[in-house]
Amino acid sequence: MSAKTGGPVYKGVGRIPDRALLLFSVLIYAFLYAPILVLMFFSFNSSRSTQSWTGFSTEWYAALLRDETIHQAFFNSMKVGVTATLIATVIGTFTALALTRHDFRGKLAADTTIYAATVMPEIVVGVSLLAFFVATLIPLGIELGIVTIVIAHVAFTVSFVTIVVRARLAGMDESLEEAAQDLGANPTTTFLRVTLPLIFPGVMAGALLAFTLSFDDFVITFFVSGVGSSTLPLKIYSMIKFGVTPVINALSTVVLVATIALIFGGSRLLVRRENS
Amino acid sequence: MGGKGRGWTLRLVGLLTPITVWLGLFFLVPLLLILAYSFGKSGVYGGITLGFNPGNYLKVFDPLYLEIIIRTFVIAALTTLICFALGYPLAYFITFKGRRWRNALILLVMVPFWTSLLIRAYSWVVILSGNGIANKTLQFLGITDAPVTLIFTSQAVLMGMVYSYLPFMILPLYASLEKFDTRLKEAAKDLGASRWETFWRVTFPLSMPGVIAGSILVFIPSAGEFVIPQLLGGSRTVMTGSLIQSQFGSARDWAFGSALSIMLAALLLAAILFYVRRVGADKLEGV
Repeated sequence: MSAKTGGPVYKGVGRIPDRALLLFSVLIYAFLYAPILVLMFFSFNSSRSTQSWTGFSTEWYAALLRDETIHQAFFNSMKVGVTATLIATVIGTFTALALTRHDFRGKLAADTTIYAATVMPEIVVGVSLLAFFVATLIPLGIELGIVTIVIAHVAFTVSFVTIVVRARLAGMDESLEEAAQDLGANPTTTFLRVTLPLIFPGVMAGALLAFTLSFDDFVITFFVSGVGSSTLPLKIYSMIKFGVTPVINALSTVVLVATIALIFGGSRLLVRRENS
Repeated sequence: MGGKGRGWTLRLVGLLTPITVWLGLFFLVPLLLILAYSFGKSGVYGGITLGFNPGNYLKVFDPLYLEIIIRTFVIAALTTLICFALGYPLAYFITFKGRRWRNALILLVMVPFWTSLLIRAYSWVVILSGNGIANKTLQFLGITDAPVTLIFTSQAVLMGMVYSYLPFMILPLYASLEKFDTRLKEAAKDLGASRWETFWRVTFPLSMPGVIAGSILVFIPSAGEFVIPQLLGGSRTVMTGSLIQSQFGSARDWAFGSALSIMLAALLLAAILFYVRRVGADKLEGV
């Protein structure tokens, strides 16, 4: 986001449309946040109800701490998220470099595939991977589990990383790389000492996006996970299906707060990098 | 750039091999596999025999399934339309009236954008089910006397969809409005255009890339949506996503499930191409 201001504010005719617009915007923000706040509110309810307030308690958070299956799901999500992010970030950065710095036959095909992977409905990606894994891995004796989830998550996040890093590379001054090479740096040194530091905010943004997409993914994971490899979203889904209790609200609240902290932390980190 | 020698080729091969393997093996091959399955025949116990059997596609025209597919596209289109109607004024407000609060206001849109869709859908389960907040509000306002069924209706699904995908519309709209040169507005005003004329003939046409990107970002996931109809629609408001899932799950008809998946992907691709062509591909530059 650039910090430039929107220019002179429209003055004169019609204060009424401005007021209406302001009111409308306030209502939209209320619409965006009210359901989340209701959800958080009932995580502190003293009874099992998620609809009638009976008093304050933190017992659902205590229940959350006791539930081993939730911990296991959280660790699975972290394991998958970190591994998939690392792989997707490296591959995505390589791809972005090839697409911005080189011309080659099949570039259009590569571009099309990368964009197709970002717009393909998740359900289609999910079932096609399930069919693929069942046809190839199961005969080899490999079960659906963490490994298949990681493979799937890299497949659907790598294109997003590529697009984000590529946007950063496109805005970069190529003459810096040429200067480094003229001064005798080999391609690897040029990449590590010049290109990478310059595109680092883009790489970080891509990694952050990949991690969030992976950590939140339900649909694709639903199809490629096996017994005992439940991730956090899968666990939450089965809890909702099993019956609504404030434990789900407590868990959701924790996930929401962590997400918000990650966004703020991430954006501050990126801004600081950008400025230095 | 640079001299093209063996080193250049080697480097290019090195950079491109990982993505080619990964997307080739784990994106394209699986799609080709379900394309092949979609012409196959499902066995009684779930196995699949390959062949050329267009019957799976013809089955789509069974009124039972056709209704689900039509409902899917109607709900996805309505979601896109409502998100646009709600999102455009907000994006406009943030860009032109946000002043020094602009970055904070857009961050407030990004928080739900990054937040788990599942959790946000669940919040509506809490609100709409039983005698929840929604029903209590209706009774308080005197609209109803007793709790009414709000969840497990197509309206509930639509509500959940609009709620989930609204940020996906606002962010690209903001991104394109933000690039807008406000001097153009002043020029239009100087030339005698009214506020509305300025908006319709200058601001809005220039924000088309954002409108296109936002519509695609909302329409595609809504048409393929599986979680929201499962949680808020129940068995009465089934959408294509849930239908595909049940074919790969309890129904064990992978051939039909594959045909539905291929059809969904093809229809969405066609919709994007048609849409982009109608409004002009050149406008997509810089999205």
